Amino acid sequence: MTESSSNSTPSAATQGWSVQDKVSASLRSRKRKEKAFKNLGLASVLVSLALVAILFINIFSKGIPAFWQTSMELDIYFDPQIVNVPEKPVQQADESFYDFDNRLQEWETELGFVNFNALINNAIIPLLPDFERSQTRFLTQLITSGERHALRQMVMDDPSVIGQTKTLRLLTAANIDVWLKGNIDRDLPDEQQQLPALVRDWADQLYAEGAIQNRFSTALFMNPDSRSSLASAGLAGAFVGSFYMMLIVIFLAIPMGVAAAIYLEEFAPKNKITDVIEVNINNLAAVPSIIFGLLGAAVFINWFNLPMSAPVVGGLVLSLMTLPTVIIATRSTLRAIPPSIRSAALGLGASRTQTVFHHVLPLAIPGILTGSILGVAQALGETAPLLLIGMKSFVASVPQTPFDQSTALPVQIYLWQGNELRNFFEARTSAAIIVLLMLMLSLNALAIWLRRKLEVRW
Amino acid sequence: MNNLIVIAALLAVMTLAYQLGMAKSGKQASRLAREKNHQAMHSRPHHHGALVAFWATVPAFAIFLLWSWFAPWMVNQMVIAQLPDHLAQLSGNELNAVLRRISNIANDFVSGGVLADWEIAAAQYYREMQEIAYAIMLALVSAAVALGLFLSYRKVNPALRARNAMEKVIKAVLIISSTIAILTTIGIVLSMVGETLRFFTYVSPTDFFFGTTWNPRFSTVGTGQQGEFGLLPLLSGTLLVASVALLVAIPLGLLSAIYLAEYAPKRLRNVAKPIIEILAGIPTIVYGFFALVTVGPFLAGLGDSVGLDIRATSALTAGVVMGIMIIPFISSLSDDILTQVPKSLRDGSLGLGATKSETIRKVVLPAALPGISGAVLLAASRAVGETMIVVLAAGNSPNLTANPFEAVSTMTVTIVNQLTGDNDFSSPQSLVAFALGLTLFVITLILNIVALLIVRKFREQYD
Repeated sequence: MTESSSNSTPSAATQGWSVQDKVSASLRSRKRKEKAFKNLGLASVLVSLALVAILFINIFSKGIPAFWQTSMELDIYFDPQIVNVPEKPVQQADESFYDFDNRLQEWETELGFVNFNALINNAIIPLLPDFERSQTRFLTQLITSGERHALRQMVMDDPSVIGQTKTLRLLTAANIDVWLKGNIDRDLPDEQQQLPALVRDWADQLYAEGAIQNRFSTALFMNPDSRSSLASAGLAGAFVGSFYMMLIVIFLAIPMGVAAAIYLEEFAPKNKITDVIEVNINNLAAVPSIIFGLLGAAVFINWFNLPMSAPVVGGLVLSLMTLPTVIIATRSTLRAIPPSIRSAALGLGASRTQTVFHHVLPLAIPGILTGSILGVAQALGETAPLLLIGMKSFVASVPQTPFDQSTALPVQIYLWQGNELRNFFEARTSAAIIVLLMLMLSLNALAIWLRRKLEVRW
Repeated sequence: MNNLIVIAALLAVMTLAYQLGMAKSGKQASRLAREKNHQAMHSRPHHHGALVAFWATVPAFAIFLLWSWFAPWMVNQMVIAQLPDHLAQLSGNELNAVLRRISNIANDFVSGGVLADWEIAAAQYYREMQEIAYAIMLALVSAAVALGLFLSYRKVNPALRARNAMEKVIKAVLIISSTIAILTTIGIVLSMVGETLRFFTYVSPTDFFFGTTWNPRFSTVGTGQQGEFGLLPLLSGTLLVASVALLVAIPLGLLSAIYLAEYAPKRLRNVAKPIIEILAGIPTIVYGFFALVTVGPFLAGLGDSVGLDIRATSALTAGVVMGIMIIPFISSLSDDILTQVPKSLRDGSLGLGATKSETIRKVVLPAALPGISGAVLLAASRAVGETMIVVLAAGNSPNLTANPFEAVSTMTVTIVNQLTGDNDFSSPQSLVAFALGLTLFVITLILNIVALLIVRKFREQYD
């Protein structure tokens, strides 16, 4: 185009036809370029959408099978010959708690010596017709070790089960699950298999007979993490840890963020100091999350001596991280409320505080709620700062208080992806990711729903 | 447990004081109305109630907080003074262990084992001291409650400007909240500068900033071997991964934004935009897992089939996945900026006969360029500070290389590796994490400030 116009300057009248000619000659290539550009744009939108789809399909196809685990329904006879312990001590009227506790602990130690494997073995042997005594040591590879602790806990809670037969569903070991689901190459030679040939045959045989079934398992949700019994490793500890942290975020970051936003938007004079605060908050929102972890390690753990890997420290760090998000969301909501509301209230004699708290704030609640929920969702998925305050250690119990050692959902995902038994944990990690994504998705959906339901357009 | 009771009691007092204040001022108000007095109440009864409740509980609560911070230290000092000589001379950590054991015995947490005589005596003393401290606290708190309640209740009268007083309190709370953000920044800077200076007493700043080898050598054995703390390999790894990410994200994000803003039918835009923005909400650990388990092996296989040696965990893997993550940052910011370019510019170009794509490439994009470069800088600061993707997928080997197919390490990965969770902040091996953190903070801060300035300038230009 530029070319033709420069050419035409000397004598436009005589060469006019050639300009038009040139333009129409170039028109075809220009239209082709137009189309190409448009298609390029469409292609990149489609690629971006495809990436979202690949990510989700990938995670879900890997993770969903892990919600079902192979398990066995067994009639466990609590044989008094095997569970040979005295009666559970009861606190006597004249006995101090200290003495009673000693006796109780002695009893529990004695219970710890009981061979609960034998109970499980006795229940399995009738199901295996060509079983020989010499093969007993292989039997323990069928059922995951966490189940014998569960049996011991049953006796501990209620000693009257001794002598009874209970029908229980026990999880099989992680390796059996991997074998039966085909997550390991079945044609690998013996030395590369995780299980001896005999146990593999048993597993196949029991599965074919229907003794081992692939059932939906609640172990993933109900159990804490475990290293010895991989099949029953679960997210309970991480759930509670994350829950404590979110409580702290909700009760610290949201009120403080809203208060800060109200001050900056409604009360603060426009001067150098508030300018600094404003720039500072915008920058704080863009500071990498790992820096907040360093802050937590240096300030909360090193100076204030708060406990390592405790949800209370994690909650504080995440609160500081969420604060700018809440402030920014609240400020933009407050800014969107028309000044006429304020003028009306002030004109009728309300004070500044009354105007804000009686008239402006109620109208801003939907926006504040939406922003806060999104902030909490972001905090729920954050991993890096938690690693720096010591949350990468293995914790096999559910934290009782926010001051106990704990993990969090994203940290549990980080820990599981590093487990050596990749065949089992790749699926289980994906399942944990699905749980995390579902939680975040429902928080986001809640935010969108609230916005739709409560939003006021001015 | 006992502290919870105190807090509950304070809450109860608060309700009671509120009711008292309200009742008194309410009575005064009705008396004034009955007497047809010209003087009216300045404030409503609930303002009076709130003020009385404030004075009755907040000072008491402050005392309670101070005391619960101060008393344990006090008790410990007194128990230490009481200990047998050989124990009182122990150093910090051992003494703490002894104190912890004594407090456990005193609180009946220890069962079994034989207790030494001095332990029982110390535990006894500890418990007595604890009880005394608790009693003093109760006395102080009750005195504060009584005094606050009495004085403020007496002051309730028609002329008292209770509402203004309460509003001052509210404003103070608001101001305190907004300074928390400032305090956070100050805390970040101070804590990191302090630890970084301590790090520089072990390693000279030139060795840190210009060293080309990263080999910190964990100091489990005190051989005096220092290890080398050269920043450059980590910085190059960080920049390499971030550049790969931007190479993926800029074309995809920008072209998507252009298509969605200029061409797409409204329905497609309404569907595609939120779906792409989902990418920004996915936790980074999920991307890391995706990179490690799916993208890495895929890229390695792709490399094999064309004869390239691509490691499964490499700068490329981490960069590509990080690029996916920052697509929405670039696309939604660019989208905002493109829609802000005035319509007159477009109309002018179209009116002269330019096609739509020519208008976009030659008129709209140059006009939007400052804003878009701001968006790119913001995305770059995201990429530099991103942690979990690179921890899982960049391979964690600090090489000074420009080859994206090799494994690298970044500053964020190294921070995670060096702060392993033991809170022993005395060796250069863990202090270096703070030096790295400070460097990272400064880099991202500069990127952010420049980006914000550019974007702001752009907005003013077309406002």
